[in-house]
Amino acid sequence: MSKTSVPPITRTHDNVFWFDGAQQGRLLIQRCADCATLRHPPGPACPACRSFEWDTMESSRRGTLHSFTVIHHPQDPAFTYPLAVGLIDLAEGTRLVADIEGVEPGDLQLGMELEVVFGAHAHDETLPRLRPVPAAATPSEPDGITA
Amino acid sequence: MSQTFSRRAAIAGIGATEFSKDSGRSEWRLACESVLAALADAQIGVEEVDGFALFTMENNPEIAVARALGIPELKFFSRIPHGGGGACAPVQQAALAVSSGVADVVVVYRAFNERSGHRFGAGPPPFAYAQNTDQEYRNWINPYGLLTPAQQEAFLAQRYMAKYGATSEDFGRVSVLSRKHAANNPKAWFHGRPIRLEEHQSSRFIAEPLRLLDCCQESDGGQALVIVSAERARDLPHPPALISGAAQGVGPQQISMSSYYRPDIDEMPEVELVARQLWQQSGLRPAEIDAAVIYDAFTPMVLLQLEEYGFCGRGEAKDYLLDGHLEVDGALPVNTHGGQLGEGYLHGVNGIAEGVRLVRGTSTNQPPKAIDNVLVTGGSPVPHSGLVLSADR
Ligand SMILES: [Zn+2]
Repeated sequence: MSKTSVPPITRTHDNVFWFDGAQQGRLLIQRCADCATLRHPPGPACPACRSFEWDTMESSRRGTLHSFTVIHHPQDPAFTYPLAVGLIDLAEGTRLVADIEGVEPGDLQLGMELEVVFGAHAHDETLPRLRPVPAAATPSEPDGITA
Repeated sequence: MSQTFSRRAAIAGIGATEFSKDSGRSEWRLACESVLAALADAQIGVEEVDGFALFTMENNPEIAVARALGIPELKFFSRIPHGGGGACAPVQQAALAVSSGVADVVVVYRAFNERSGHRFGAGPPPFAYAQNTDQEYRNWINPYGLLTPAQQEAFLAQRYMAKYGATSEDFGRVSVLSRKHAANNPKAWFHGRPIRLEEHQSSRFIAEPLRLLDCCQESDGGQALVIVSAERARDLPHPPALISGAAQGVGPQQISMSSYYRPDIDEMPEVELVARQLWQQSGLRPAEIDAAVIYDAFTPMVLLQLEEYGFCGRGEAKDYLLDGHLEVDGALPVNTHGGQLGEGYLHGVNGIAEGVRLVRGTSTNQPPKAIDNVLVTGGSPVPHSGLVLSADR
C-alpha cells in the first residue's frame, strides 16, 4: 500500500482538547466561558466577545446533513472509494466534517439525520465518522468506537 | 476619486510561453521567458524593471528571476497569500506601487509545471505538511478525505444545486461555453476541440456533483504582465489597459477552501466585498462591464461569482447563461480565451492577459461591441481578488 497523502494532525494548545476527546470517543465543542457561544473548529479566542476563556461541552453527536460529496478521484490509500464525506449540522448548532459510513452514496440526502461515531483514520488517529441513526433512535454510547 | 490609484496605472505588456502538459524545461526558465515576452510586448527594457509582485504557490522567487535576467535593482517586491484567490492582487500591488512612485516598472508573473510537476489536483501541496497555524485548517477536512480543491468545493456546489434547483447540466453549460471559446483560440490547449453538453454529462465523476469536465486543466507554462503608470503607458505601442479597480477580500469566518461554518456556505462574502470595492473604485456598475474573465477552476464557481458580482440575482446565473448573455455577442461575454477550462491553467494570470486583449481589441474571440471595461476575478472560495481593466477613453 502506498503512503497516504493525508497530512498528520497539527495539534496546538487551542485544539488538543478536541483530539484528546476524540481519542476517548467523545465529541467536544469549544464554548466561550464568558458568553457561552459555541465554536468549531477550535480557536484561541471567541469571535463573538474576544474572550480567551473557554471550556467545552460534550455534543449529543446527533445532527442533520448540511451538504455532502461522493469522491471518486483521486484515491488515497487511507480510504475506500467511492467515499462519501458529509458536513453535518450538529444539534448544538456547530458544524462538523466527517466521512460517512453505512449509507449508499445514492441514498444520501440533505437534511437526513446522522450521528457521529468514532473510528480509525490515517496516522492511527481516532476521529469522527458519520452514520445513519440506528432504528432505536437513541445515540450509541459515547464510548462506541467503530472498527 | 482623484486621490485614489484608479486609472493611474495600466497593464502595458503581456507575454506568455506556450501552455502545455509538459514544458520540458524548468519553472524558472518559464518565468524568465514569460517576463521577457511581456517586456518585449510593452517595449520596455529588461533593466528598467524595478519591481515584482507575485502570489503564493509561485516557486520562482523574484530574486531568482532578477538574477537570471540581469535586472540590477528591485525597489518593490511583494507576495500575496492564498494561491489563485490572490491571482488579481499582485496587479493591485503593482498599481499601488507605480501610482505612488515607489516603483516604475512592476512585473507580475506565474510560471509552473503544474501538470508535469506537482499537480494541485493530485492531493495536498508540499507545504501542506508544515505543522503550523497556516495549515491547521487541514485538520478539519483532510483526515476525512477532502484532499483536493474539487473535493473541498463540492459541498458548496451540492448546496447550491439543492437551494436553487441548479443541475449538473447547468454547470456543464459553463464548460461547453469555455470550450467553444477555446476552440477558436490557437493558444488554447483545447484549440479546435469544442465539447457538447452530452460529453460533459457522460464525463466521469471526480467529486460529486463535479464531473471531470467541470474541472479546469492542469497546465505547464508561464504568463507575465507589465504594469507602469498610465502616463507612461500612453507612450507605449499598445493601447493601455487602465487599472480602474483592484481589490482584495476576506469575509467573516474565512477559511481556505473550506469556509463551511457560515450560515450559507454557497454564499461568498469575500467575493461580494471585492465587488463592492471595485464598483466604488471604478465608479462603474455591473451593467457597465462589457466583458468578464471569471476564475473557472471549477464550473459552479463561475455561476456563484456572477451572482456575487451582481450581474444577476442569487440562483439566477444558470438562466442568465442559458439566455445567451455570456456568449461572445451577448451582454457579458465571459472567458473569451477559453478560460482555465479551455485555454490553460495559469492560476488565473492568463485570464488577466485576456482582459488586456479585450481592452486592446485583440482577443481571438473579440466581441463585436466596444469593450471599455472588463472584470477579471481571482479564485474562490478562498480569500478573493478582482480587477476592472478599462480602455483609455
Ligand atoms: Zn464569547
